Amino acid sequence: MLTIATGNKAVAAAVKEVKPSVVAAYPITPQTEIVETIADYVDAGTLSAAYIPVESEHSAMAACIGASITGVRTFTATSSHGLLYMHEMVNWAAAARLPIVMANVNRALGPGWNIWAEHTDSLQERDTGWLQVYVSTVQEAFDTTMMAFRIAEDERVLLPVMVNLDGFTLSHTFQSLETVIPGDYLPPISLPHAIDVEKPCGYGPMTGPDDYFRFRWDIERSMRDSGAVINEAQRIFAEKFKRSYGMTEEYRCEDAEVLVIAMGTLGKEAEVAVDVLRNEGIKAGSLRIRWFRPFPDLDIRGRDVVVIDRDYSFGFGGILADSIRARYSCSVSSVIAGLGGQEVTYNDIAAFVRDRKPGTEHWFGVKA
Amino acid sequence: MTEIPTQEFLRKCSTACAGCGAVLGLRYVLKAAGPDTVLVVPACCTSVMQGIYPNTAFGVPVFNVAFASAAATASGMSAAFRSMGRQTNVIAYGGDGGTVDIGIQALSGALERETDFLYICYDNEAYGNTGMQRSGSTPRGARTTTTPGGKTHSKKDLDRIVAAHNIPYMATACSAYPQDLFKKVRKALSIRGPTFIHILAPCPPGWRYSSEKTVEMGKLAVKTGIWVLYEREYDTLSINAASKAARKKPLALEEYLKPQGRFKGLDEKALTDLRQSMERNWRNLEQEVAGPC
Repeated sequence: MLTIATGNKAVAAAVKEVKPSVVAAYPITPQTEIVETIADYVDAGTLSAAYIPVESEHSAMAACIGASITGVRTFTATSSHGLLYMHEMVNWAAAARLPIVMANVNRALGPGWNIWAEHTDSLQERDTGWLQVYVSTVQEAFDTTMMAFRIAEDERVLLPVMVNLDGFTLSHTFQSLETVIPGDYLPPISLPHAIDVEKPCGYGPMTGPDDYFRFRWDIERSMRDSGAVINEAQRIFAEKFKRSYGMTEEYRCEDAEVLVIAMGTLGKEAEVAVDVLRNEGIKAGSLRIRWFRPFPDLDIRGRDVVVIDRDYSFGFGGILADSIRARYSCSVSSVIAGLGGQEVTYNDIAAFVRDRKPGTEHWFGVKA
Repeated sequence: MTEIPTQEFLRKCSTACAGCGAVLGLRYVLKAAGPDTVLVVPACCTSVMQGIYPNTAFGVPVFNVAFASAAATASGMSAAFRSMGRQTNVIAYGGDGGTVDIGIQALSGALERETDFLYICYDNEAYGNTGMQRSGSTPRGARTTTTPGGKTHSKKDLDRIVAAHNIPYMATACSAYPQDLFKKVRKALSIRGPTFIHILAPCPPGWRYSSEKTVEMGKLAVKTGIWVLYEREYDTLSINAASKAARKKPLALEEYLKPQGRFKGLDEKALTDLRQSMERNWRNLEQEVAGPC
């Protein structure tokens, strides 16, 4: 069905189509519209799910964990402080190997109170064992949420997936949306370690170093295997629904001499900047990171790289820039921009490229 | 006499301490609940006494979760089972720290949302698993590793907090009264919606008495009246026979306190406070039984 919707509504619409049995959530701006919409679906009977209006995000993730281990499909959504409040259970969900899907609407952290887009919230969860994907359009939010369930529930993965969308710039922005019904794209969930009272086991008991170490390696092995599963899920999605996604989205990269690397809506904005730069004769391309965990293979050899971080690790650097430097031993022009919803236009991004200085870090808008 | 099944759901390989009141209670909880049961266990002594991976001492599935999250996890689990049309018992079994302190928010939320589950707090009156630090449930005057001079605050009244949620059924129990505990678990599990049982679980290393005296210690708690056995169905409170008898002819409180090393050197003021809070508890309960005057 063709319609127009916000990013939040698109996520909720996708959740309706994948039919989770349990949704547990707590309100937080700018995510609330997702769970309000799901509550409406449940109330109207268009989604037959148990909606658990928990008293905190810690409990939201705990309730999803308790539901998921019985073998049913579960979903929650959060943002910013909510995500940080559930941090302990975010770790627990991954180590318990539960295919929970969560939408996180990226938002800055206080103080001061700021409800606008920033990626530092989800990037603080990067080491938890969750797959992380960052979307840039309303359609992509819908499609990726649907894919996330297939990927998480795949026996080769069995790890939770976090779908990230920028607060307001995407969560509250209307764009056209074509909703689809997953049908056999999403097979019924079958959790191999679901609780079975006929075969009573202990889940997560005291575990000695050798077994614990093996369980950690199992998480990493699945994380590595998940790349192929993601590509397969995206390929079959393209065949079925005629929309194509990759680990990254490349725009005019083939002959590019300089690449802009960013995530979320800034990565989409960068495509316009690339057109501006190309008109000036600068051979630029945009390489938007969709999947941050597992981290994608990037073809950046022999090119200048401008990395825009809408996040920061204090005392070290932009998290995306550092990831690329560490993985590829390359020199990048690091730009810190968009924190707390700072406006960054395509003209600004074009200027980042023109003014790039490899090996430096530039805080946009801050006078040196 | 209630017929208690001979089937055991607690195996002999439990790694509980000798004389553990919590594991004794759990044995009867599981006998009452039967095989179609899942235990949800936060960080507590029960995380330890179930055994070490890959072994389990429990004959029902046990799902371990983070400290504050037992009631919330049980909420999700119950909703999931019910969505499948299954009536599997979901029992959260948490210690006093995980209930009255770090887990109370999740417990309150789950009760308020009328979750169909049984929450059991086994109360050994301190953080036992980590080596007996004071909890909100430690009684005034008791020495713990973080109150070496005796606790200077009163025991939090968990039962009145739970009662404020107006749930269908709640009860107190004690590991030393297994028949009573068994009946209460059966009753709780026969009711749809949130139910709650608060078990006093004497703890030899924490309370500092020798391990063969756990049952004796539990009986002394009831016979002195510092622990009252009762049940409440919505607004109707009934004090159980053992406690009614104790109220009529109580043993001196000192008989309960003296054998416990944790109360060694208890001063007069703390003793008076303990007596007063015991009396206040009785008055509250008796007033509730009598109804509005």
